[in-house]
Amino acid sequence: MNPRRKKRLSIALVIIIGLGTMTGLVLYALKQNIDLFYTPSQLVEGLGEDKVKPEIGQRLRIGGLVMPGTVTRNMEDLKVSFVLSDDNGGLVTLEYEGILPDLFREGQGIVAQGVLKSANVISASEVLAKHDEEYMPPEVAEAIKGIKHMKPEYGNETK
Amino acid sequence: MIPEIGHFSLIVATALSFLLAIYPLIGAKINHPGMINSAKPLAIMQFLLMSLSFAVLAYAFATDDFSVGYVATNSNSLLPIQYKISAVWGGHEGSLLLWSLTLAIWTAAVAVFSQGIPKVALARVLSVMGMIAIGFNLFILLTSNPFDRTLPYLPLDGNDLNPLLQDIGLIFHPPMLYMGYVGFSVAFAFAIAALMAGRLDSAWARWSRPWTLIAWVFLTSGIALGSWWAYYELGWGGWWFWDPVENSSFMPWLAGTALIHSLAVSEKRGVFKSWTVLLSISAFSLSLLGTFLVRSGVLVSVHAFASDPARGLFILAFLIAVVGGSLLLYAVKGSEIKSRGKYSLFSRETFLLMNNVLLIAALLVVLIGTLLPLVHKELGMGSISIGVPFFNNIFFYMIIPLAIALGVAPLLRWKKQEADLRPLFKQLAVCAVASIVLAVALPAIFADKIKIVAVVGFALAFWVIITSSLEVYIRATHRHSFVSGVTKLGRSHWAMVLGHVGLAMMLIGISATQNYKIEKDLRMLPGDEVVFADYLFEFERIGEANGSNYEGYKAVFNISKDGKFETVMKAEKRSYFAQRSMPMTEAAIDWGVTRDLYIALGEQLADDSWAIRIYYEPFIRFIWWGGLVMSIGGLLAVSDRRYRFVNKRVAKAQSLGQE
Repeated sequence: MNPRRKKRLSIALVIIIGLGTMTGLVLYALKQNIDLFYTPSQLVEGLGEDKVKPEIGQRLRIGGLVMPGTVTRNMEDLKVSFVLSDDNGGLVTLEYEGILPDLFREGQGIVAQGVLKSANVISASEVLAKHDEEYMPPEVAEAIKGIKHMKPEYGNETK
Repeated sequence: MIPEIGHFSLIVATALSFLLAIYPLIGAKINHPGMINSAKPLAIMQFLLMSLSFAVLAYAFATDDFSVGYVATNSNSLLPIQYKISAVWGGHEGSLLLWSLTLAIWTAAVAVFSQGIPKVALARVLSVMGMIAIGFNLFILLTSNPFDRTLPYLPLDGNDLNPLLQDIGLIFHPPMLYMGYVGFSVAFAFAIAALMAGRLDSAWARWSRPWTLIAWVFLTSGIALGSWWAYYELGWGGWWFWDPVENSSFMPWLAGTALIHSLAVSEKRGVFKSWTVLLSISAFSLSLLGTFLVRSGVLVSVHAFASDPARGLFILAFLIAVVGGSLLLYAVKGSEIKSRGKYSLFSRETFLLMNNVLLIAALLVVLIGTLLPLVHKELGMGSISIGVPFFNNIFFYMIIPLAIALGVAPLLRWKKQEADLRPLFKQLAVCAVASIVLAVALPAIFADKIKIVAVVGFALAFWVIITSSLEVYIRATHRHSFVSGVTKLGRSHWAMVLGHVGLAMMLIGISATQNYKIEKDLRMLPGDEVVFADYLFEFERIGEANGSNYEGYKAVFNISKDGKFETVMKAEKRSYFAQRSMPMTEAAIDWGVTRDLYIALGEQLADDSWAIRIYYEPFIRFIWWGGLVMSIGGLLAVSDRRYRFVNKRVAKAQSLGQE
């Protein structure tokens, strides 16, 4: 083998090994970090045709409407829990500790990231409601077709 | 009447962009001097008309002309004047107009500041830019006209600008970002023009390089500005969220960074040419992809205003035309590009190639992470999301080889290193040891725990700083004493040093905040105290804070450390009159070199207590300062005398030839 070919071969080898490592790394990281999205009904009944239910301890995302009258706060700290619903009747309780987003309201669509604690209780690590009152996350809008999106009350509680 | 002038000049500008796309190109083909020379006046006229159109829209905002639908949805008579102006690009239609205006600015700039370039080549470049302008101007005219009227039922007052966007950072962020995005169209046009002509020499790389650098500077500072805005405005204390929209600005940046390095090799050594062409095409295509992702509404984010499917379809078709067309041209003509010049394995070329491979790998990771959820959903496999740890983990592993290679590359010679590598390895070993020592020392001083991940990050940062300093020292003492030698280094050399040191500063900031940030959500009553990262936070009182178009509350905190009073911090919660349902958090930030203190006011709870979020963010400023240093580096490279000198010389040669 002449030196030129040798050089090319070694460059090619380095690139192949590098790309191989990277692909492996990416696939591994993807496997660890893909979170499925559920609506409350899908969570209760199972997802897709096979009705696959998430396992307890699984990380997932959930989107639904905050059921009016279900937001209960702990008086000592920032723990809060509320029920998410959709038009198919699924009800899922979310538990969260921390500050809720500015746009969090009863009747509003939200998306949360969390871990399934029991069949229909999720411990949320993040609650998102980033948009204005006319906005609903497309995932939520799609899943809850038919339900009328309630506009939040503009009362003194926002002041 | 006045808005119609804007609309009309936009139509005429579109007509001119058609002429610009066709006329000079035919001229270049049949070698007709009149047609070739028409490129410059056409480009300038197009720029003037686009400016007029934009000015008219700005005037409509300034005078509260709510008969224009776009003004009514994005402005309000109570809005302060500076935000009325920035509201021009606060929505979908206006930001597209800004896109087109930016393109016209770049086109005119290329037409005016390219005396050194042969007229035929310039005509082709401007033609390609004209083609891009056609696409965007038609898009505005056909799907998103900002001058549409609401007549006869015009609203009395406007809807107001989204309160999130009422901020100084947002006045500058979109124009900067667009200058960067659109600036890559220049590199793209140069590459396409060169492919058309079948001539790719180092002169081409030299013409393209300053333009690409300016675009890169704008993009870098635009992204840094956006990150800074997200940090202080969103109230989450974060600086990067791997949000699809952020990713779509990061992808062109990665491609652009690879491009400026590869252009340097093409200019100086005449190799990597076809790769450079491919990168030029990719950088601009990714800018278009970013525009598509953001503007089509397929993504969920603060930036997504449009959800009209016709718009998405138009941009998608345009994207396919641009990417498909240019790749086809590349496939047909690309084989004609021949790179001369050889280089050995241990040379600067190889290391720059490595840099490019790693940057493109990073780009692919971001691309997968951004597009996979979309593809997954379109295939009917359900909605998924890709968590932030995916990006963080992979970038952690990828930055290691990148930073190591980055430290070594400037110390190597072009083409071939001398046979004896031992002195170099010895120096590098000393640098490595010094970096590791400093990397362990830094957290030992400012934090109580030493975390491995952080030490790796710090070590890489110090490695880059130390090897860069070593390189400056070696280069300066090559022929002169250090003091006289250091002043003789060219600007483009300092540009490289600053670019690399800027990255190192970012690495310090990122490693420190990601690993040593402290975050707490608390329930506090006025009068409560909390100790946090050695600081005592006393919640003194809550008061009112009202502005011209909002009312709100402010929480006053006294901060002290070791019994000594440090500062007062005021965190606000605002409610804007026009958009009551969207309260805004104005975080209080006490900034410092080694740490930021950050307080965000949450909601009021039942018993007069408030939800309060406090962050301690060590070295976070280094992230944006790093971005700033990188941008300054880019500017220095553009101002290097090589470009001015060459331009003059070429111009002189040309004028002599004409006589």
